[in-house]
Amino acid sequence: MKVSIEVNGKAVTEEVEDRTLLVHYLRENAGLTGTNIGCDTTSCGACTVLLDGESVKSCTVLAAQADGHRVMTVEGLAGEDGELHPVQRAFREQHGLQCGFCTPGMMMASVSLLAHNPKPTREEVREGLEGNLCRCTGYHNIVSAVIDASGQEVDR
Amino acid sequence: MSIVGTRVVRIEDQKLITKGGTYVEDVREEALTGAVHAMFVRSPIAHARITSIDTAEALAAPGVVAVYTAADLDLGPRQAGPVVEPWLASDVVRYVGEPVALVLTEHRYQLADAAELIDIDYDPLDAVASIDAALSDETLVFPDMGSNVVQVNGMPEFPADTFDGCEVVVTQTIVNQRVAPAPLEVRGAACAWGEDDRLTVWLSTQNAQIGRTLLAAGLGVGEEKVRVITPDVGGGFGAKIGSDPEPVVLGWAAQRAGRPIRWTETRSENLTSMTHGRAQQNTVTVGGRRDGTVEVFRLDVVQDAGAYPRTLFLPTLTELMASGVYHFPKIETRSRGVVTTTTPIAAYRGAGRPEATAAIERAMDLFATEIGMDPAEVRKANFIRPEEFPYKTKSGANYDTGEYAQALDKVLDAAGYAGLRAEQRRRREAGEPVVLGLGIASYVEITGGDSGGESGRVDINPDGTVTAYTGSSPHGQGLDTSLTMLLSDQLGIPMERISIRHGDTDEVPKAIGTFGSRSLQLGGSAVRQAADKVIANAREIAADMLEAAPEDLELNVDEGAWQVRGAPASGSVDWVQLAARAEQGVLSADVWFGEGSPTFPFGAHLAVVDVDTETGKVVVRRVIAADDAGPVINPLAFRGQRHGGLGQGVAQALLEVMAYDPDGNPTTATLADYSFITATELPDFELVDSATPTTRNLLGVKGIGEAATIGSTPAVHNAVVDALAHLGVRHLDMPTTPQRVWEALSAKGEAK
Repeated sequence: MKVSIEVNGKAVTEEVEDRTLLVHYLRENAGLTGTNIGCDTTSCGACTVLLDGESVKSCTVLAAQADGHRVMTVEGLAGEDGELHPVQRAFREQHGLQCGFCTPGMMMASVSLLAHNPKPTREEVREGLEGNLCRCTGYHNIVSAVIDASGQEVDR
Repeated sequence: MSIVGTRVVRIEDQKLITKGGTYVEDVREEALTGAVHAMFVRSPIAHARITSIDTAEALAAPGVVAVYTAADLDLGPRQAGPVVEPWLASDVVRYVGEPVALVLTEHRYQLADAAELIDIDYDPLDAVASIDAALSDETLVFPDMGSNVVQVNGMPEFPADTFDGCEVVVTQTIVNQRVAPAPLEVRGAACAWGEDDRLTVWLSTQNAQIGRTLLAAGLGVGEEKVRVITPDVGGGFGAKIGSDPEPVVLGWAAQRAGRPIRWTETRSENLTSMTHGRAQQNTVTVGGRRDGTVEVFRLDVVQDAGAYPRTLFLPTLTELMASGVYHFPKIETRSRGVVTTTTPIAAYRGAGRPEATAAIERAMDLFATEIGMDPAEVRKANFIRPEEFPYKTKSGANYDTGEYAQALDKVLDAAGYAGLRAEQRRRREAGEPVVLGLGIASYVEITGGDSGGESGRVDINPDGTVTAYTGSSPHGQGLDTSLTMLLSDQLGIPMERISIRHGDTDEVPKAIGTFGSRSLQLGGSAVRQAADKVIANAREIAADMLEAAPEDLELNVDEGAWQVRGAPASGSVDWVQLAARAEQGVLSADVWFGEGSPTFPFGAHLAVVDVDTETGKVVVRRVIAADDAGPVINPLAFRGQRHGGLGQGVAQALLEVMAYDPDGNPTTATLADYSFITATELPDFELVDSATPTTRNLLGVKGIGEAATIGSTPAVHNAVVDALAHLGVRHLDMPTTPQRVWEALSAKGEAK
């Protein structure tokens, strides 16, 4: 079937199998490999992208379901001029990533979290990111990164 | 102004936060054009005889390029310790997840469809799904071995009179449960044979060079015929050391099918087929006096090696580190490695040392409880004192440096220990349903314990930039940044003019890699040594250019220029001028740093937990940690390693377990079932600084990658038991899940 999605502001139209998952559409049809796959049970959040501005796990969305919709991936976070999004800047500044595999999904989830709760507490960040797993950081600096991105002081 | 020791944001991150990394599944190399997709068909049964395999239907399915079984393979035998581990199982399967067949299809989605159509008949055999089942020898995993005990080390028999004369003797069997390393990136590979009859493998690994050696050996070709390239790696934690059987089979299949191949396992495969960690059952016995002095410690280790005992050094490493941070007059150890019909066990963050620490630190608490002494005081009464270093333990370890008592004191002070004990008493007296527990772990561990060296090469390029090649294989540790900082400091060249290369066997042919927290002390020392040689050669050229004696010159690192000592006005030569003047290769040095012997990081952790006696739920309120690995190159990366270690260590104590039912079926085989710790279950970590240098390498550093994991597991474990001590609970095994806690309380009649 033909699936057309606006990915990071660009129109993409591809002929795909009906059962194609959004994450594979993004990685293989749109050629954007920043979005990762870390599990097969919608548990890890490595594949989190924004669908019409809301975070979704793209391993559990059919590409067909996103037909005619807008998707943003990690590749679309920074500005045209390369200026980093506040979340990207904060993840780097706060050392919120190590191996980097969970990072794209973690950042997209954080963007969504901050859209809903612009000034979260550390506890609220932890709860908001419960669906995104990280094996490297112990989450401490990821929480700090989201606090930093929200414009609040990081005190630990 | 030296940048070493200052917090530097990582150079690795720009790519990772904008485009995402290039992990093996992201590799888009021309050599992989037209690659087929691969999937291993794995045993769904723990122990069975294969009576038939029918691939006809699968071969006829859409997009299927090939189906291979053991009957097709013509590879030599693969040893796993004393037994042969098949590349693909042919007659008997020995764990759920063992590879039996390989399917190749044109498109990814055709894999699972085709795999479903392969008809394999299994005739079930009795499972050996636990250490106790293995020790009984009722069913043998390898009948030819005559026993499931495939390795014995240490004392064959313990003397009967060891504890005679001790005022107090306590003993306990402690389960150090099996856990899944579960890196966020599962295993994967992509491989292609070139027209030069050479195999290139992009492999998610911690050491490409050893991977190359194992691949070449497996395929029966010379090492020059195999190139391994490590792209970005999404975590390894010890479980991506070397090479599993799969890449060898894929290399063989790529040749047989005449097509490049891409392979990425599923997470469910990863949880059952990637090696697991820990899986020990340890019996500790402490003999001592009522004043808190321990006189003798005995550790009896049983290591579940899984179906194929690939890594039997783990229990012996546990024995080596048995006595921890204590000056024990007498130690007795033994270890046995047993095979079971479960996933093979190999290294996982700490690899043998967490198990040793968990055993001795639980033992010290049991001893303290028995004599009615505070666990902190018991530890202080037995610590090895600073003036005793270098200290040879009775179990054969040679500790370099340590400030064990000081580390614990720092943590107790930072935590407000006395106040916490007062709060605990208050809450107990008030009969509150949520009780407070405090758990201490003092630990020492061994890094660079393999005693191998590492390679390092530094080139000053003709334009004055620097390219350094390391045999280490960083995948999240921030080593690129740390090495760049060290080189910038040493050479006086700005960080942005330095680049670090690693992980391609054509660029770095000789290396050992990243594991055992060895990278900075060995890989870093190698790069340091190479740069020293480059500086020595540069001195000669600069002397020639400045018409001065080499010994009168100095490198002004603030300016990045050579000048006459004490007479800077008489002229200088910078690296760009030097590089232009130098003959090719003169400003290049390639070294093997081999003199690095193991180092012994140490520390102390205090965990503060709340335990709800009505539900059994444990909440980790605080973790206060001192982790001493000598001088710190980049505090940002150093703290990051500690955070990650704490996260994984707390996870084992609190939640994680890779479980099997009595028939050997894994019951935690997806991330929906496996209790991978999340952000909501961990607190913010409180880090306490401590830095005691070592004398055993050029940088004075010890490894930090595993330290915090090793300390935090017993700290949390001890805290949970401590919370319940007044209710009569003396011990419960990890993970300290609500059910476990509630059952322990029920047994005492204390569950609400």
